Amino acid sequence: MANHNNTILKVSNLNVTLSNQTILENISFELKKGETLAIVGPNGAGKTMLFRTLLNLLPYTGKIEWTSKVKIGYVPQKLSAGDIPISVKEFLSFKNPSDVESSLKSVGLDSKEMLNKSLGVLSGGQLQRVLIAWAIVDKPNVLLFDEPTTGVDLDSEEAIYKMLSELKKENEITVLLISHEVHIVREYSDYMLALNKCMTFFGTSKQITDPNVQNIIYGEPVCLHPLT
Amino acid sequence: MLIFSLIIAVFVGASAGYLGSLMVLEKMALVGDAMSHVALPGLALGILFNFDPLLGGFAFLFVSAVVIWHLGRVTRLSFETLVGAMFTLALAIGILLISDVEALTEALFGDITAVTLPETIAAIIISIAAMSLTKIIYKKIVLSMISEELATSTGVNVARTNLLYLLLISLVVAIGIKITGTLLVGFLVVVPAAAARSISSNLYKYSLLSSIFGALSSFSGVLLAGYLNLPTVPPGPLVVLSGIAIFLISALIKWVSKL
Repeated sequence: MANHNNTILKVSNLNVTLSNQTILENISFELKKGETLAIVGPNGAGKTMLFRTLLNLLPYTGKIEWTSKVKIGYVPQKLSAGDIPISVKEFLSFKNPSDVESSLKSVGLDSKEMLNKSLGVLSGGQLQRVLIAWAIVDKPNVLLFDEPTTGVDLDSEEAIYKMLSELKKENEITVLLISHEVHIVREYSDYMLALNKCMTFFGTSKQITDPNVQNIIYGEPVCLHPLT
Repeated sequence: MLIFSLIIAVFVGASAGYLGSLMVLEKMALVGDAMSHVALPGLALGILFNFDPLLGGFAFLFVSAVVIWHLGRVTRLSFETLVGAMFTLALAIGILLISDVEALTEALFGDITAVTLPETIAAIIISIAAMSLTKIIYKKIVLSMISEELATSTGVNVARTNLLYLLLISLVVAIGIKITGTLLVGFLVVVPAAAARSISSNLYKYSLLSSIFGALSSFSGVLLAGYLNLPTVPPGPLVVLSGIAIFLISALIKWVSKL
């Protein structure tokens, strides 16, 4: 159990293999309370799979140690609510019926206007905010965001990340986020972990603008901790 | 007695509409229709070996649901593909097994005119139980349709929930066969929900309207058959016609509201 030095998550020698294919290989890192870690890497690098493994949705070997009082909020990359007649209120009530209005307010949405709207008619930006409201409605201390601004225009993207920053400051939430956006990683995260099946880089997020680091992240993969 | 038939029609129609609302959302409307035919060999065995054909029908539906659920997990093929592969075979076997034309007609088109009090009570209990259990898993199934990962991350066991749903729908389809027969029972799980879908903006209204439309179409079809009292007109087709009328009205309401 990860409980020393404010460590909220400790991953050691994590390996994921599905249908005899290596998905993740020898991943090790630590995350402390209140920190934001960006997961970067090319498509197919295993970023979403890492999240799914951290959520205990995939079989793995190695160790994933969450602190004992962890409560995780998860925002997936995709939703398919288009044809389902479900209102925002009903969706958020799945998790916590008593806190629906305040969670909508936290993500900058007018609850009176939104509660009875169907999920399927929301704009990309509104849907992402509702998803974030979903993730925070039961007061988690860790948020896992899988490309939270996919399909959202630039202004809304900036607004969503600013709102995330505020939420983080107010509630001391630890955040793991997957993003392809260099400026998002630089502005809104403390550390970054580059994946390409294995770990190819771990360092501060400011380093993402360094051409050498970019080459490491998106070039030919060289593992930090190769298996011998 | 007509009163027993009407009571069964209301309860079975409501439960089929309620459970069918999930099937329509999951874009498995055709699965519901196809699944009903899977019951035919079971009905045939009941007729051949002198036990209640509906028990045989339910047993076949139940086993088929488990086999389909398991194959779906192992092969990752869609439910539509697996049910589609199974239902024509079941229909062919059923027709081959039933040599008595009258019994075949009853199995295909239903016969609700000769129900007894114990059958009525059984249908009421099964309908209420199926609806109550489905109510418990309704939100979980909807959540897994929206995102399987989201559902799993909140502790929903998607595979087990789907299995329970398949079993419940088998149960409701089995008792629905009494009203409409195997050929038309798919209607009960598809059309009331489709009618409700076009005029519903939230889950509560959608599931409630699906049940009401299911009950209303079954009740009016059986009542009309009782009123006409023609031996050549079984209630099944009249139930379908009533339901289609409701569907058309709801489509009209939707169309007018868009003008």
